[in-house]
Amino acid sequence: MTAVATPPELDLDPFADDVLRDPLPAHAALRDAGALVRLPRYDTFAVARYADVRALLSDWQSFESAAGVGLTNFRRETPWRPPSLLLEADPPAHDAPRTVLAGILGPRALRRLRADWAADADRLVEDLLAGGSVEVDAVPTLAEAFPLRVFPDAVGLGREGREHLLPYGDHAFNAFGPTDNPRVLAGNERMAEHAGWVGQQCLRENLSPVGFGADVWAAADRGDLTHAQAPLVVRSLLTAGVDTTVHGIGALLHALAVTPGAWEALRARPELVRVAFDEAVRWESPVQAFFRTAVRDVPVGDGVVPAGEKVLVFFAAANRDPRHWADPDRFDLTRDPSGHVGFGMGIHQCVGQHVARLEAESLLTALLARVTRLKLTGAPVRHLNNTLRAWESLPVRLTA
Amino acid sequence: MLPPMTAPAPARTADRHAVALRVADKTVVADGVVTLTLAHPDGGRLPDWTPGSHVDLVLPTGDTRQYSLCGDRRDAHHHRVGVLREPAGRGGSAWVHDELAVGDLVGVGGPRNAFPLRPAQRYLFVAGGIGITPLLTMVAAAGAQGIDWQLVYGGRTRASMAFLDELARYGDRVSVLPQDEVGLLPLRDLVDGLHPDTRVYACGPPPLLDALAGCGLPPHVLRTERFVAREQGAPVRDTPFTVVLDRTGTEVVVTPGVSVLEAVRSVGVDVLSSCREGTCGTCETAVLAGEPDHRDSLLDDADRAAGDCMYVCVSRSRGDRLVLDL
Ligand code: HEM
Ligand code: FES
Repeated sequence: MTAVATPPELDLDPFADDVLRDPLPAHAALRDAGALVRLPRYDTFAVARYADVRALLSDWQSFESAAGVGLTNFRRETPWRPPSLLLEADPPAHDAPRTVLAGILGPRALRRLRADWAADADRLVEDLLAGGSVEVDAVPTLAEAFPLRVFPDAVGLGREGREHLLPYGDHAFNAFGPTDNPRVLAGNERMAEHAGWVGQQCLRENLSPVGFGADVWAAADRGDLTHAQAPLVVRSLLTAGVDTTVHGIGALLHALAVTPGAWEALRARPELVRVAFDEAVRWESPVQAFFRTAVRDVPVGDGVVPAGEKVLVFFAAANRDPRHWADPDRFDLTRDPSGHVGFGMGIHQCVGQHVARLEAESLLTALLARVTRLKLTGAPVRHLNNTLRAWESLPVRLTA
Repeated sequence: MLPPMTAPAPARTADRHAVALRVADKTVVADGVVTLTLAHPDGGRLPDWTPGSHVDLVLPTGDTRQYSLCGDRRDAHHHRVGVLREPAGRGGSAWVHDELAVGDLVGVGGPRNAFPLRPAQRYLFVAGGIGITPLLTMVAAAGAQGIDWQLVYGGRTRASMAFLDELARYGDRVSVLPQDEVGLLPLRDLVDGLHPDTRVYACGPPPLLDALAGCGLPPHVLRTERFVAREQGAPVRDTPFTVVLDRTGTEVVVTPGVSVLEAVRSVGVDVLSSCREGTCGTCETAVLAGEPDHRDSLLDDADRAAGDCMYVCVSRSRGDRLVLDL
């Protein structure tokens, strides 16, 4: 028998403001401490090295999601909302919802949106630059504006009430952290209102007859889902599909604005737009980490995650692990970011990744066609979230 | 035009493009039925699958045959299929029975699922002969979710019916009805007594499925899997082929040990990838000419017939040349 080492402990709070403001030192400390680390603050474990993160995410047989992918253990505590049929489910329950969404959001299905989204992005950029070069905050004017323009329409939401989407998503991603965290407590106040609106939009009668939402209901009519599952599957799009892309696009614009020569390089080789977005997702990891729960004692490195214990899986730390990536802190358009875990890996890997890529590609292509230079004009400001890495404000100058 | 380059074999082994698996075990499980247990040559995880999935096995002729996965999906390192010896050696089954040996490498595509298990309140599973294979994984899934189910399993003789030992643990949920003992399956009785919430999944020989289809069940109630011989394209090959990158005219030779993804990267063209096992869809690439040898888990038969795209992390070429929109 090989000896089981007691995992090293780190007195680190991954949900504290200062860590969220700059998580890179914490991620480095986690990676350097060992393959498996204990976080006594929350009586939980963490993995942060690329190889271990990837292996753990692939191994759904040993690490379940149905006990929740946040700190709350659904086996012992009550979740704040009915669990997701995708994110917070395991096979075999996960199979049918996943199969349905993978079809609706797959690259082949998205082809019909490509031309419309390109035209939409063109109009957005054209309007913005109507008077020549501009100084704007890129978060509301681009990173939020474009996804909010195309995604709710693609789902088939009505016009009214869309302002609930971002706060609802922001709270859902905060709620993967500790329930007594100040961000969660603050969000709780208006949650009934946001969640009530979101719940209503998932009903068939409130969705337009064409769109991802109608496609989910059609799948229920075919028997691929039950009618009871349909609204929760639509909900997963509204929770996971808005804030994520906003912050993904924010990460991309920030990276391009602060990396010398990057904008010019992309203008010279626009075929790199897809690589640029995935490199931004690697570099910034808009979704930083999720938990898994060990279904039995599972060895990780030379330690063991005991049955029933949670482990925090740091996508963000893996995406900058020097054991895997050369010069990981560099945003590098010549790198192949393939294999990053910014969209996760394995059976829960982001089912909306092709949507996210198409949004980013549409907007960036439109910007590259009209904007010759992209530069920061002031200090960018972080938006803190327990799970997401985000910008509140990105003051930039777009040179026509 | 530039002379074609040959992609160097990859230095890193992280890529999972090996589409040949090793036969780790071969067992006779009934008269005329063997199971093959397949494993990755490097011992790594195999792609995940859902109940009802099949893999495409590549025969020495280059033709492919579909076999349902019938193992335990919680065992990530092995895929198990059951193969019936078909009369007159049809369908390559004679080769599997007589030639293929433990330790051999065999070309495999997929897994893909054309017979997925949909959610329901109750299931009735109807198996005829080797049609038990996909249903074996479905009863496990139904059981794991605490859903009420029954399996009715017919076959020529008890000795010809595979997996009776594995089914024994389910007790009276399973009715084993060999034809030489009790005659044909009492389909009419089964269907007449059906609870309206029950969904029926059936797999077996065409006469059984036809008889069941004739019982008047609505299409959303009855789902069947039939293995029809499909129009096959050109045979799958294990020799080098040339990939032409249309936007620049660059040509690259793809040798058997190298994926198309690696080959195009070796000539400086960036194709994003992620899973590298044909499951995530990231590396989708448009095909302008040539016939892909699809090995992914994503495209169904209609998509494949369209022939307009491929997943370059695992899929290859049936012909000498493949022209890609890169
Ligand atoms: C840049 C944008 C995005 C990022 C960084 C991102 C990230 C992720 C990650 C890391 C996971 C894996 C969770 C896990 O392993 O537990 C995931 C799952 C998921 N994502 Fe995304 N996502 C993005 C955009 C989207 C969009 C646009 C949608 C919807 C259209 C979406 C819907 C989902 C859903 C439903 C799941 C759960 C899948 C499952 O558990 O099977 N995401 N996402
Ligand atoms: S990289 Fe996932 S399908 Fe090719």
